[in-house]
Amino acid sequence: MGGVARALLRRGVQAALVVVLVSVLCFTLVRLLPGDQALRVAEGRYGYDRVTAASADAVRAELGQDRPAIEQFLAWVGRLAQGDLGASLVTGERVAAEIAYQLGHTLLLSLAALALALLAGPALGLLAGLRPGGALDRAGMVGAAALRAMPVFALGIGLMVLFGVMLGWLPVAGFHDAENIVLPALALGLGLAAASARVARDATVAATNAPFFSFALLRGLSRAQAVRQHVPRNAAVPVLAYLAVNLALLVEGVVVVESLFGWPGIGHALSHAIAARDVPMLQGTALSLGLIFVGLNAFTDVAILAVDPRRRG
Amino acid sequence: MRGLRRIAAHGPEPARIVGGVLVGLVVAMALVGPLLVEGSPTRQDLSAVLQPPSPEALLGRDHLGRSVLVRLVHAARLSVSLGAAAVMAAAVPGILLGLLAAWAGGWTDRVLSGVGDAVLALPGLLLVLLVVALAPGAFWPLFIGLSLAMWVEWFRVTRAASAALLSSPAVEAARLLGFGPWHVLRRHVLPEMAPLFGTLAAFGFAGAVLAVGALGFIGIGLRPPTAEWGLMMVELLPYYDEAPLAMLAPALCLFALVLGLQLLAGRDPR
Repeated sequence: MGGVARALLRRGVQAALVVVLVSVLCFTLVRLLPGDQALRVAEGRYGYDRVTAASADAVRAELGQDRPAIEQFLAWVGRLAQGDLGASLVTGERVAAEIAYQLGHTLLLSLAALALALLAGPALGLLAGLRPGGALDRAGMVGAAALRAMPVFALGIGLMVLFGVMLGWLPVAGFHDAENIVLPALALGLGLAAASARVARDATVAATNAPFFSFALLRGLSRAQAVRQHVPRNAAVPVLAYLAVNLALLVEGVVVVESLFGWPGIGHALSHAIAARDVPMLQGTALSLGLIFVGLNAFTDVAILAVDPRRRG
Repeated sequence: MRGLRRIAAHGPEPARIVGGVLVGLVVAMALVGPLLVEGSPTRQDLSAVLQPPSPEALLGRDHLGRSVLVRLVHAARLSVSLGAAAVMAAAVPGILLGLLAAWAGGWTDRVLSGVGDAVLALPGLLLVLLVVALAPGAFWPLFIGLSLAMWVEWFRVTRAASAALLSSPAVEAARLLGFGPWHVLRRHVLPEMAPLFGTLAAFGFAGAVLAVGALGFIGIGLRPPTAEWGLMMVELLPYYDEAPLAMLAPALCLFALVLGLQLLAGRDPR
């Protein structure tokens, strides 16, 4: 399985790039934000009416802000390398502790959406592809095209209004019961599920028209047997490949869906951190989402290799 | 029916026609809408809050008594121009650097591809968010963030497609005949890649418009009182029961534009 090792190595490089990119951007952000941070800290310590330029300079020296930018950056990266993400400027909590609390929620939501995209979408696509041009095929493909073009937030609002308010079946927001996850997971996953249905449908049509499929029928297999034997694996490869390049949509959707539904995850915290200019929190949440993205990428890489023996080697 | 089938078989696909019509409608709304519908998108009328459609405000008024139709067309102008500008700002450096990488090869190619990989390491919207964090609510960080996230796709596609074209027999013959790089690019490379660029532009445009709406919606894109579709939806969310049209209209415009662009583009190039 040299293929797996190579894929994981590539994702390791990507993870390192995520860390560098996010930390450089966040460091730049701190330096570009208007206002004198040292002066504000000094105000907090001595009172705004007793603060002097000298006390601000003392704080600046203490924070290392009088050093050259490159030295400050190395110190910033050094703290990061030790796993020190700092404390939130708003709540004062350690960023790492906050993220540890949110991470599970974000993973749960993304995995639920991913399951929808990997199971429901391709299953429908397969059924549609078995009868190309049939009623299910045509209705399904129109629906899929519409869902793909629907902004995640508009879909979320539509689901909220329909199932939460008009029908009253499901809670619109909050985080108490298992049923709280249904609407956010649908909002996040339906777009991807529609796209993977489309890909699975085309792959099914291609597989049932392939010579190996005719040969299977010729060998005396029933159509159902031939479909079972040849179609799912052949459809799985393009579906996984499609998901692999569109995982970014999932991670981007997490930010929007969590904010809309009040889901206590990392994406929600990220949008709050930006609004509040809470740089340590912003760095922590952006890093985690970036690394989740890399992790999901690695997962699909390995899944593709497991399904498709032609790519191993 | 037969005639229709023949057109469907020989002319552009019907899906593309529908897509073209949808995009045309929204773009026309952005171009001439603000001229046809008079009034300011930020003018409030607190005596007509959440008013249903009337001759003065054809789509009714929002929670601050602003005309929904006026805001809708101004938001269309904003989204269409921001999307077009971001696509241009991504396409020009992306194409030029892609051609450079394919032409020069070697270290130039390796360095440029490395930079591209670094940008792609993060999901695009995350990159936009980090740039937007510099000045939430401002226009420029949004534009710069979008272009920064989008140029890589142009770079990669151009690099891959032009590398194949540059090693084709036609280009070899042209070079042997003594034609310079400019002629080869204009005659052999760029025309071949034009349809590819069209698809990329449509998808990029849709992505940019969606990102602007999503950021406005979660409150870190453009700031009120700017008329922007995502922002309009979130502002009117508490009043969806009293004024459903006011919330539905921006959602429908955004949906029509994105669906139109996707149909126009045909298949996903990735």
